[in-house]
Amino acid sequence: MLNDARIGRLHELLESRQISAEELITAVLERISTLETTLNAFITITPEQALADAQTVDASIARGEAIGPLAGIPVALKDNICTEGVRTTCGSRMLEHYVPPFSAVAYERLRQAGAVLVGKSNMDEFATGTTNKNSFFGATANPWSPDHIPGGSSGASAASVAARQVCLSIGSDAGGSVRVPAAHCGVVGLKPTYGLIPTDGLAECAPSLEHLGPLTLDVTGCALALQVLTAGEDYTAYLGRDIRGLRIGIPQEYLEQADPQVRSLFDSAVQMLTGLGAEVEETSLPHTQSAPASYFTISAAEAFSNLSNFDGVRFGHRAEARHLHEMYRKTRTEGFGPDLRRRLIFGTLALSADHYEEYYLNAQKIRTLVCRDFDQAFSKFDLLLTPTVPTPPPAASLGQDELEMRLQGRYAMPANLAGIPALSLPIGFAGELPVGLQLLAPSLGEGTLLSAAYALEQLVGFYRHASKI
Amino acid sequence: MQEMEAVIGLEIHVEMNTETKIFCGCRTAFGAETNTQVCPICLGLPGHKPVLNQKAVEWHAKAALALNCEIAPYVQFDRKNYFYADLPKGYQISQFFYPMGINGHVDIEVNGETRRIRIRQIHLEEDTGKLLHMGNITASPSSLVDFNRAGVPLLEIVTQPDVRNAEEARLFLQKLRTIIQYTGVSDCKMEEGSMRCDANVSVRPKGSDILGQKTELKNMNSFRAVTRGIDYEIPRQIDLVLDGEEVIPQTRHWDEAKGVTRAMRTKYLATDYRCFPDPNVPPFKNDPAWVEEIRQSLPELPDARYARLVKEDGLPPYDAEVITASKAMADFYDQTVALVKEPKTVSNWLMGEVGRCLNTAGKEIQETALTPKHLAELLGLVKKGVITGKIAKDVMDEMFRSGQDPETIVKEKGLVQIADQSELDPVIDRVIQANPKVVEDFHAGKDRALGFLVGQVMKETRGKANPQMLNELLRRKLQG
Repeated sequence: MLNDARIGRLHELLESRQISAEELITAVLERISTLETTLNAFITITPEQALADAQTVDASIARGEAIGPLAGIPVALKDNICTEGVRTTCGSRMLEHYVPPFSAVAYERLRQAGAVLVGKSNMDEFATGTTNKNSFFGATANPWSPDHIPGGSSGASAASVAARQVCLSIGSDAGGSVRVPAAHCGVVGLKPTYGLIPTDGLAECAPSLEHLGPLTLDVTGCALALQVLTAGEDYTAYLGRDIRGLRIGIPQEYLEQADPQVRSLFDSAVQMLTGLGAEVEETSLPHTQSAPASYFTISAAEAFSNLSNFDGVRFGHRAEARHLHEMYRKTRTEGFGPDLRRRLIFGTLALSADHYEEYYLNAQKIRTLVCRDFDQAFSKFDLLLTPTVPTPPPAASLGQDELEMRLQGRYAMPANLAGIPALSLPIGFAGELPVGLQLLAPSLGEGTLLSAAYALEQLVGFYRHASKI
Repeated sequence: MQEMEAVIGLEIHVEMNTETKIFCGCRTAFGAETNTQVCPICLGLPGHKPVLNQKAVEWHAKAALALNCEIAPYVQFDRKNYFYADLPKGYQISQFFYPMGINGHVDIEVNGETRRIRIRQIHLEEDTGKLLHMGNITASPSSLVDFNRAGVPLLEIVTQPDVRNAEEARLFLQKLRTIIQYTGVSDCKMEEGSMRCDANVSVRPKGSDILGQKTELKNMNSFRAVTRGIDYEIPRQIDLVLDGEEVIPQTRHWDEAKGVTRAMRTKYLATDYRCFPDPNVPPFKNDPAWVEEIRQSLPELPDARYARLVKEDGLPPYDAEVITASKAMADFYDQTVALVKEPKTVSNWLMGEVGRCLNTAGKEIQETALTPKHLAELLGLVKKGVITGKIAKDVMDEMFRSGQDPETIVKEKGLVQIADQSELDPVIDRVIQANPKVVEDFHAGKDRALGFLVGQVMKETRGKANPQMLNELLRRKLQG
């Protein structure tokens, strides 16, 4: 049943009553429990509620009611998406026992559509990292090769889709956190236009950069999820369109540091697009190199402030202390991991009166320049095409610092600074490890993105491969 | 000895009267049970997203325009970051870089001269929660927090250092309160904390344009406390300077019971709040047409109303000032005058009898059962001679208490004036017969005698005799 776990196919099976939602969820729960010792993709699993929800969907089908495309589909939510009554930890000791009193809007929409929550995905602590090693609840493995990282911070979200533990995962993406793991795990990952999916109920670090986005096995699944998550249009209408004459730009700055294997897969994808009639041309986004510095500064500054509510007063971890100040210090030192603390300290510095202009203000100026780069490029092109990550997934044995130094998110970050939609599509293998490419569109250009990604997917057909695990 | 002067800038916080908080739908009512008016947003729970209250923005503009401010074309909300247990998010959302109201002023009258106190800015921000302690903060075994107040929209009004003494500060605050009350944006009750005032005080040689080291006075919870606090602080600083000592820049707490200011914390290092634009609250541009719409919606403000009462209604300046000090009183006045068309009479009554009743009851006019219609009817009864002025005062007491209309009161209590000769004649005759000695005195030319006899008749008629008729009849009988 789970060999081909694309949402569209499972929906057909459910609708035609070849399988029941309960059977599907049972199969998924079994698969989760079998694979968890290797993958560690879940912080919390919710089997009772999932089975009950599946029965509700089955009852609805039995009554002959029409069901939506996500009804009965097993979903995992990254553990920074608030779920009322279900623990939400952000991968942090700080929230080890925190149960939110309200649900994220995105989760409400999925529930409304009949999607079944089976668990909360592991993640880098408060989405700080691109490795998924940086979780209080342990690292997540790459399902194609457990010795490699799945990427991050939504690494477990991508891994669980690739491993058919779920058919849909919702991750968050402030600097590539959906797309980087999507590329490393061989799944489709979309970061839509800023604000298109409401982030109410997303316990994020950097609100101006943060997005929610779906991870799926195929582009069709992504389009189906996007419609529900945005409470918007039918994005499947864009699939199967002719892309002849589509103007696609390839910014050279994104190829400079690309690994040769990544480069060659990228080039073959470009040939496919050309073969489909797209007009592909080189272009330049001159401020690309400065984007990571801008991203790190702004995200750290916002995180410093945005995580100030973790003071031990109202919720979360609270350290024993003799007075208020000591309570703050001990609570935050014990509750937050070292990488996150370092980021918060940098943010504290970047906003301090003496350094505000040098760090924060300059970072915002670069952000403006990056946005202008895109504006100019999109006056000539419908889409931009880049590798998602410069390299295939790195080995998990590398140290955390060394992994972060590789700036796996460098190609992904500019789209967060500009708020434009970006999608990572798996295009092949470097050895046994997946590689993805990234499509970028101007704001609200999700239709064009999905249309081009779907056309390419028809030729690549990556979803037909099953991960090793 | 060198003559010194004080330089004072005021920072006033005014809680808005909006029904809901600035970034969520929680109620703002004062005095609710602790932590019952809270939600994930005003508690700062993980994942919360603020949504700006449009009404608060409109009212902000309204207050700013009423205080003669310009409305800035671009407004941005910023985060002011600091840790404190009453601050749910670890930051306060405020307008730090681009406040909406700028460059305003309020004119006050000091010793017959007009003084202009300039307002640097008025910005909108959110209030904090409240710490609760058993007894005083040092003795209490624990601290509790009530977040009902967290997120109540707050206006912060910052003046230029134009105030020179406690009296000016008091006059400014009173005028400010009146103006804001007129706009309906806040009730400005210092005792409930919906208006709070801090004062930055420094001293310098008179005529100098250099600013001395300042202290910030806090915890002044009434107009009187502000006056006393400043009156204590100025001589304290002058003494230090004249003794060749330095004024330490610090926050000082006004101790109401002891009547002194006390150092709380030293401000050598200014706190770094690391302000930056709030990524959750979009900045906005103000459409001039919208600003104009708000301006048009402003009620007639105290200065304009005062001028109208003096010029058009012919009230003495003193009357006009007293009447316009409260919007409710001025509205009451206008509505009554619209009915009886005798401004000075209405003003006399409001400042006299009505004022006396209000003082006794400790209430504001809008909190009583008295209506302009009833007051107008009462004045009508006096004018038509149905009741005497003296009786009218008793009727007023009753109207004030019960809210009944004056005619009913007059009827039910039998207070109608006796202006009928056939009713008065027998009473007068009785009084003359009973007081032969006084009658003799009258004939001997003693004026007081007549007054005594009038009094006796009034006593017998329980004050209802028409005074003119009584005088005339009595005089005629005695002389006849």
